[in-house]
Amino acid sequence: MSTLTTNYLTPTGREEAWRFTPLKRLGGLHNGTFKLATRNTLALTGAAPAGVTFERIGRELISAESVTDDVIVGRIHEAASEVTVLKIAANTELAEPISLHRLAGGLTDAELSRVQLRIGANAKAIVIIENSGDHLLAEDIEIICEPGSNLTVVSLQEWDSKTIHAGRQHAIVDRDATFKSIIVTVGGDVVRLLPTVEFKGQGASVELLGVYFATAGQFFEHRMFVDHLVPNAKSRVNYKGALAGQDAHTVWIGDVFIRAAAEGTDTYELNRNLLLSDGARADSVPNLEIETGEIVGAGHASTTGRFDDEQLFYLMSRGIAVEDARRLVVRGFFNEIVSEIGNAEIQDRLMTRIDQELEKAGAQ
Amino acid sequence: MSTLEIRGLKVSVDTENGPVEILKGVDLTIKSGETHAIMGPNGSGKSTLAYSIAGHPKYQITGGTVTLDGVDLLDMTVDERARAGLFLAMQYPVEVPGVSVSNFLRTAATALRGEAPKLRTWVGEVKSAMAALSMDPSFAERNVNEGFSGGEKKRHEIMQLELLKPKIAILDETDSGLDVDALRIVSEGVVRAKADNDLGVLLITHYTRILRYIKPDFVHVFADGRIVEEGGPELAEKLEANGYAEYVSK
Repeated sequence: MSTLTTNYLTPTGREEAWRFTPLKRLGGLHNGTFKLATRNTLALTGAAPAGVTFERIGRELISAESVTDDVIVGRIHEAASEVTVLKIAANTELAEPISLHRLAGGLTDAELSRVQLRIGANAKAIVIIENSGDHLLAEDIEIICEPGSNLTVVSLQEWDSKTIHAGRQHAIVDRDATFKSIIVTVGGDVVRLLPTVEFKGQGASVELLGVYFATAGQFFEHRMFVDHLVPNAKSRVNYKGALAGQDAHTVWIGDVFIRAAAEGTDTYELNRNLLLSDGARADSVPNLEIETGEIVGAGHASTTGRFDDEQLFYLMSRGIAVEDARRLVVRGFFNEIVSEIGNAEIQDRLMTRIDQELEKAGAQ
Repeated sequence: MSTLEIRGLKVSVDTENGPVEILKGVDLTIKSGETHAIMGPNGSGKSTLAYSIAGHPKYQITGGTVTLDGVDLLDMTVDERARAGLFLAMQYPVEVPGVSVSNFLRTAATALRGEAPKLRTWVGEVKSAMAALSMDPSFAERNVNEGFSGGEKKRHEIMQLELLKPKIAILDETDSGLDVDALRIVSEGVVRAKADNDLGVLLITHYTRILRYIKPDFVHVFADGRIVEEGGPELAEKLEANGYAEYVSK
């Protein structure tokens, strides 16, 4: 892999942004010591509905809409030869979700995947991105929400056990737009995702939701940054995670920045972790930086706990066996967010996967 | 015909200062169709008795036996006791976020009946159980006990009692926090369960007002971890008039 023209520092693990990440397990994505794959595995499932285009555009024809200080994202911007662009035309209202998925990848060489999702003014759509199989993948998805649009992006990491996935999902949200992100991470060896938000216009509203379930040896990191640059924007963050098994490790970082200009900001972030066994570790760090006092509200909460014995007792006192009671509690824990996906087939599939993860953990 | 038999039951809980004995030898026999009221002052150990029989992990059994139809309950897990025919209506039912009432009830019924109830008849069963307790049908889609008022929680407990059809039910202060109307509705549910299933009831209460609706065959006065006096319904009237002072001072 060639060297970068921009001067990014190669992470050593001492940097704040990298201090939790097991760099040795990143397949060289952070320092460029990987073989670059030529494939582009992101594909549209089925045909594009009216008002939607899906195409691949040469890198020289399309510039990035955002800057980054993340070395992996920077490398994608410099080195990915093409950009996958999904466009939803202004005023388009889609009844059915648009589905994207990844074709077979591989672990011997790394794919740098650069993606732009653009939703036009006053359009409304749901985009579902399904990830499965084993991949060595660096991914940058820029999500551009034009004024008055309403976009939900569901990103499913149902990877096989060896996947290394580092990525950013960066939303630029313009005036009166509504953006909802649901990130689900239930598979892979190392997954490090940066759901980031840049408010561009007033009156915009963003919801970042996520669930993750790490079992023995898995590392899943979700590091948000919500940048309130403009007045009167609203953000909500709610991530829920479960961990079970030796060296299962999750990291949730919630950085929210309310700049001096961002009067009238309303923000709240929440992270809850359920520790289902010994030997697992959940790091949870909310950070709120506020430069103006003229806001509607700003708050955060973070909890990490074990099964509630009283809940299990209540369920078992109705004849429900302990494994079934645990499954009900875990399903219930995740249901608040999974039910937001709004697609019964995917929701059922995820709940079944969560059952399997729990079963796997119980067998250890 | 079922019999719950409690003999010499002693129970301790762990505290910062070591184990403390709460139940100091309880003897009680409850048969199908019978209603036993256990009355006593706060802190006398009434709820400990209820939770110990149901198998709450907080309580250590240090002596005695509890059997249902001759089978040792104390040897069983919490769910096994329920499947043996025991039911505990809790004073403070627990919230289970994200789990709907309908999903919870069906899972419980499946566990207790050994097979999933047929969907068509089950829906009707739940509907009529809810209607009998004046509960709105939308209740089934709410999360278990989450955001329920005190009265809704108690109705939900008694609805389970009617649906799950245990042999012996322990009602732990089911009357607490209920207004007059809710008390009547909930009590009628218990009376129905008795009539329909020949249920044996152990009714734990601080006050006599619920006994106007659910007539006890036996009244036991509980104080300082044991039964200190037993009698018929007339004992409740005496307690109503005199309170518990005479037992507490002993």
